Amino acid sequence: MDPAELLAAYEQMAVIRRTEKAAHDLFLQGLVKGTTHLAAGQEAVAVGASAALRPDDYVFATYRGHHHAMARGATPQECLAELMSRATGLCKAKGGSMHLTKASTGMLGSYAIVGAHLPMAAGAAWSAKLRGTEQIAVAFFGDGATNIGAFHEALNLAAVWKLPVLFVCENNLYMEYTPIADVTAVPRPAADRAPAYGVPGEVVDGNDVVAVEDAVARLARRARAGDGPALLEAQTYRHFGHSRADPATYRPAEEVERWLKHDPLDLARGRLVEMGVPEAVVAEADERATSLVQKAVEAAKAGPEPDPREALTDVWADGGAAWRT
Amino acid sequence: MADVISYREAVAEGIAREMRRDPTVVCLGEDIGEAGGVFKTTVGLREEFGAGRVWDTPISEQAIVGAAMGAAMTGMRPVAEIMFSDFLACCWDYLANEIPKVRYMTGGQVTVPLVVRTANGGGLGFGAQHSQATENWAFTVPGLKIAAPATPADVIGMMAAAIRSDDPVVFFEHKGLLATKGAPPPPDHVVELGRAAVVREGADVTLVALASMVPVALKAAELLAGEGIEAEVVDLRCLVPLDMSTVLASLGRTSRLVTVEENPYQGGWGATVVSVVADEGFALLDAPVRRVAGECVPLPFADALEEEVIPTVDKVVAAVRGLAAY
Repeated sequence: MDPAELLAAYEQMAVIRRTEKAAHDLFLQGLVKGTTHLAAGQEAVAVGASAALRPDDYVFATYRGHHHAMARGATPQECLAELMSRATGLCKAKGGSMHLTKASTGMLGSYAIVGAHLPMAAGAAWSAKLRGTEQIAVAFFGDGATNIGAFHEALNLAAVWKLPVLFVCENNLYMEYTPIADVTAVPRPAADRAPAYGVPGEVVDGNDVVAVEDAVARLARRARAGDGPALLEAQTYRHFGHSRADPATYRPAEEVERWLKHDPLDLARGRLVEMGVPEAVVAEADERATSLVQKAVEAAKAGPEPDPREALTDVWADGGAAWRT
Repeated sequence: MADVISYREAVAEGIAREMRRDPTVVCLGEDIGEAGGVFKTTVGLREEFGAGRVWDTPISEQAIVGAAMGAAMTGMRPVAEIMFSDFLACCWDYLANEIPKVRYMTGGQVTVPLVVRTANGGGLGFGAQHSQATENWAFTVPGLKIAAPATPADVIGMMAAAIRSDDPVVFFEHKGLLATKGAPPPPDHVVELGRAAVVREGADVTLVALASMVPVALKAAELLAGEGIEAEVVDLRCLVPLDMSTVLASLGRTSRLVTVEENPYQGGWGATVVSVVADEGFALLDAPVRRVAGECVPLPFADALEEEVIPTVDKVVAAVRGLAAY
């Protein structure tokens, strides 16, 4: 990444960080119902990977997917409107926090059944291969997904069919409330499994946006060239709890402190300064992000509630929901 | 083309016709390529269309249906085979949570034009885990279309409609019908999903059946005719869309209803048919409704036991006779 690219990535991460904080606050105010799974702390995985992708590549994410939606072009306003059940939301308030999707930019969904989207990403990659487009598909998933069957079925199928798909694990050390190390016999839950399927598995510092971008760009080139799938385990950490108002007291204080000092925004800021970008320029990016998200919160709040009749639309491709004559 | 075609051959023919007209149609499943499918329902496809369009998969039902979904979302029209319908349970997440919900929960941003084909039903002595009639499983899920043809011509016509559908379709091919034969349909034969067929007219009672229960109902109707009872037989063809118009219109003529279902009585599709009739057609009825359905047990192995569980001609005849008193 050159300084301009890194500054853009930094600003995007700053926007995501502030949007996640806003989502947290809105949840506590009762304006976001149900649940949220915030990605603050994990921004560099989404932003670094996205920087390495083509606009027509496909991305599949999990219920912790706000950062992936925004990294692929969803605005904070349409995301927050979705979280606040507004008709102006990304999915017309039919999806909610766990299903942010922006199909027009290749972000083909956030899925809340753990691991289910890995075969889908393989299928999108199969489709690209059949159509000869040199597109790739990327599935982002958590460390917890590495113990579910769909992960293993997807890796094997992708390998035997040599599909242009990248499996990117965001290992934030906890599957919900349980340390992943307590329920997995190998130290690197994703990367250590990949070789069993003939898939190269790498580990990267998931909080370093430059390192993520480098790794994804390299693996994407390989996939586009027809050399098959790869797996990248990005080591990262979530700043909030698993969901809702989980205070994450199951995490040792020393561990939390260590990871907070290894913040993706701080790392990127440090790199920018090393590159000679003036601190004032970085501060301006922060201010723009703050202002953008503040306006997004207000605009999202002002959106209308969905028309109740919308509940009976969008089941079928004709827009309707009729199941009988 | 030959004068007759088997149900088994009609499956491959129906797929082949669509693969010829639309290059985005691709097939995937276990043993469907060189082997032609364990039921020989994909014979000839690999030879005609090549390995680039007919893909053998590992035994990975989640990967098969999940990959079909991803491909369908990105411009292809995949036809995925799940070898036995009992195995739908291995990929049920995709049929219950992913495929039918993704269009809705994204506010209509994506479509999923795919077909999941599967060999359904009992009568062949495969035992409890390879014999279940599972069409009622799919019937519990809003967002899936459900086709279950009874004749070779319908297999071809409904396959065309299913593959051309922009909505996901679960396509139940009945194992007990694979060897049956019928007239091959003309080119471009398409049977719109959700159109039931009145396959025998009669004024005394309506028998509503699906797939392998259609010939059972027709045989029962023949026997009943000998007793002076004229049964009308409605082949539902699809569970979703469910053609209640045809059922209610038939009841307007007969005023008596018997459903003939292979799936278990408990949660079977006939319960929904009957509930719509109770809601909207109660005044049409001159007699109680009867459901002849599978017993609520796993499918047993021995013929004598399997016959006890699956509806037979005798059971249908007995149910209709019981209504004659009204």
